[in-house]
Amino acid sequence: MNQARSLPDAPVLLEIYRRATLIKQNDDRFRAVIQSGKLVMPYYSPRGQEIIPAATSVHLSDDDYICTIYRGVHDMLAKGVTPRALWAELAGRVTGSCKGKGGPMHITDPARGVMVTTGIVGSSMPIANGLALAAQLRGEKRVTIAYFGDGASNIGAFHEALNLASLWKLPVVFICQNNRFAEHTRYESGTSIGRIADRAAAYSMPGEHVDGNDPDAMWSAAGQAIARARAGDGPTLIEAMTFRFHGHIFGDADGYMSKEEKASAIARDPVVLLRRRLIERGMATDAALAELERGIELEIDAALQFALDSPYPDLAELRRDVYATEIQP
Amino acid sequence: MTTGTAATSTLLSAVNQALDDALAANPDVVVFGEDVADSEEGGVLGATKGLSSRHGSHRVRSTPISEQAIIGAAIGASLVGIRPVAEIMLMNFTTVAMDMIVNHAAKLRFMSGGKTHVPITIRMMTGAGLGTGGQHADFLEAWFVHTAGLKVVIPSNPSDAYGLLLSCIDDEDPCLFIENMPLYWTPGPAPVRGQRIPIGKARIARPGKDVTLISYSRQVFDALAVADKLSKEGIEAEVIDLRTISPLDDATLLESVARTRRAVVIHEATRQCGVGAEIASRIHENLHRELRAPVQRLGSAFCPVPFSKPLETAFVPGAQQIEAAVRRTLS
Ligand SMILES: Cc1ncc(C[n+]2csc(CCOP(=O)(O)OP(=O)(O)O)c2C)c(N)n1
Repeated sequence: MNQARSLPDAPVLLEIYRRATLIKQNDDRFRAVIQSGKLVMPYYSPRGQEIIPAATSVHLSDDDYICTIYRGVHDMLAKGVTPRALWAELAGRVTGSCKGKGGPMHITDPARGVMVTTGIVGSSMPIANGLALAAQLRGEKRVTIAYFGDGASNIGAFHEALNLASLWKLPVVFICQNNRFAEHTRYESGTSIGRIADRAAAYSMPGEHVDGNDPDAMWSAAGQAIARARAGDGPTLIEAMTFRFHGHIFGDADGYMSKEEKASAIARDPVVLLRRRLIERGMATDAALAELERGIELEIDAALQFALDSPYPDLAELRRDVYATEIQP
Repeated sequence: MTTGTAATSTLLSAVNQALDDALAANPDVVVFGEDVADSEEGGVLGATKGLSSRHGSHRVRSTPISEQAIIGAAIGASLVGIRPVAEIMLMNFTTVAMDMIVNHAAKLRFMSGGKTHVPITIRMMTGAGLGTGGQHADFLEAWFVHTAGLKVVIPSNPSDAYGLLLSCIDDEDPCLFIENMPLYWTPGPAPVRGQRIPIGKARIARPGKDVTLISYSRQVFDALAVADKLSKEGIEAEVIDLRTISPLDDATLLESVARTRRAVVIHEATRQCGVGAEIASRIHENLHRELRAPVQRLGSAFCPVPFSKPLETAFVPGAQQIEAAVRRTLS
């Protein structure tokens, strides 16, 4: 596949940067707003993992599906969920993507192909298979991405889902975002294999181990796997190496993370590195990027204001959406 | 520490204390679950802090995120005499291990004709109020109460939590031990070291003569608050904290309702086929002629736990609803 060997061209790399920056700035603002006490919620920051979904999503359209997890704001924004829908949901407002009923762990936006966000470790993968099966049955060219963490590869659902996807040659790509931690547990303490990508061999599918923070490598690996799925050649497991800048959940003191390890990851902030790369490759000027960043800041300002100005859902919402039609229990 | 009536503790530290004492007293006790060892900070909320340092990381082990493997290992070890206390972080994650809990832990004693048994304790936390939404705050206890072979314990305060957890660990059958997360830091009576509280024994949290409020976990506090309020009008409500919901303490329940002739059952789980339905039914079966009013049942709304704050607050039965239910029994 020639795409695999080529590098993303200027418009593509700029688009990856735009999405990664949206994720980064959005996350910075979320944390500031939660810190201020203006909004209260459990929040799982994806800071540090921006490149993975940004470089993957440029290969996807609204017709393609994703299933993601509680730490999934980056995956959602990269897939096109608007900051307004996201912020309003996080603020528990009726204008949110799920009328405020789902909250940060369950953002859903079918128009953008964001089909499931789960709070249960391991559950994104079996459901992604079903979306992929539907596309296969209907002869559609849609591809489904299942995002999950490294810790999730230790749960039974991961193994069942990979086996089934391989057996049925489903158009699905399993993207493991290996941020080295599962809650407080270091990778080595919870996982018996050095590379999760090697687990693909047990299910007769390609397993790619890539630097998820490198936009060239990530774009190329995702592109290859997505093309393979679209061509009907079956699933791929991608292990995208990355690092979580903040604790598991906002407010977690992250005492279990080594300070040096964290500092060195932050010193190699993938969004900052990509910015530098764009300038070095002559693909963008500092001024042009600054302009882009300002635009995103304004979009986030507007989204926050929209969320705070929106009403809470009516209490009648407790009875709605439980079934297709309201029933008396 | 000695009794000291004024001494206070929290649910979180009482659980830690009970585990610490059980590990110290019996070399067969082991603790495992996600993040429970000190290398992982002794639990996401610190419930097991210090235990692996004091009792060894061979006895207090962090596991991968593998609930089936956790409960399976607990079951297997218990078959040959180990006393595992397995932690399934949140009650919702028991769903991932249901086969192990329902098809195996609950049934091996019976299916083996009594040749084997499963003396395990499964700890878990849950509870709405912290904005965790639809998959992190359910009360699923009715599923387990419905399953023969399991015991289900659900304390509301530190002293009960300590004494009941020790009893669960001593018990020869599988016990589910349900901790209310929003109550973790609420001060309450400190445990008496070493003192067990028997499984299957309810506690009269407040004596009264006019109506019996039957509850467990967090709703005990709501029931007590309503009882205090009604007392100013001369209505004396008796409040029962069940503490164990399988087996149910029929004797205490029926004795109380036989006196008060009115009952309201309150829990955070939804009413539909909930523990309250079982209790109401037992009261009606036994005290039909004595009752002055039908037993009232309160539970959360029949929907997944909602995220949005106003919805989440309205979801759980509150003081107003309890008071209204009491008045319905009096009118
Ligand atoms: C079945 C299940 N068990 C436990 C949890 C609690 N939990 C939430 S996130 C998490 C760690 C997951 O780690 P990983 O898969 O590496 O993803 P990350 O959070 O690092 O992105 C755990 C144990 C859960 N949500 N679901």
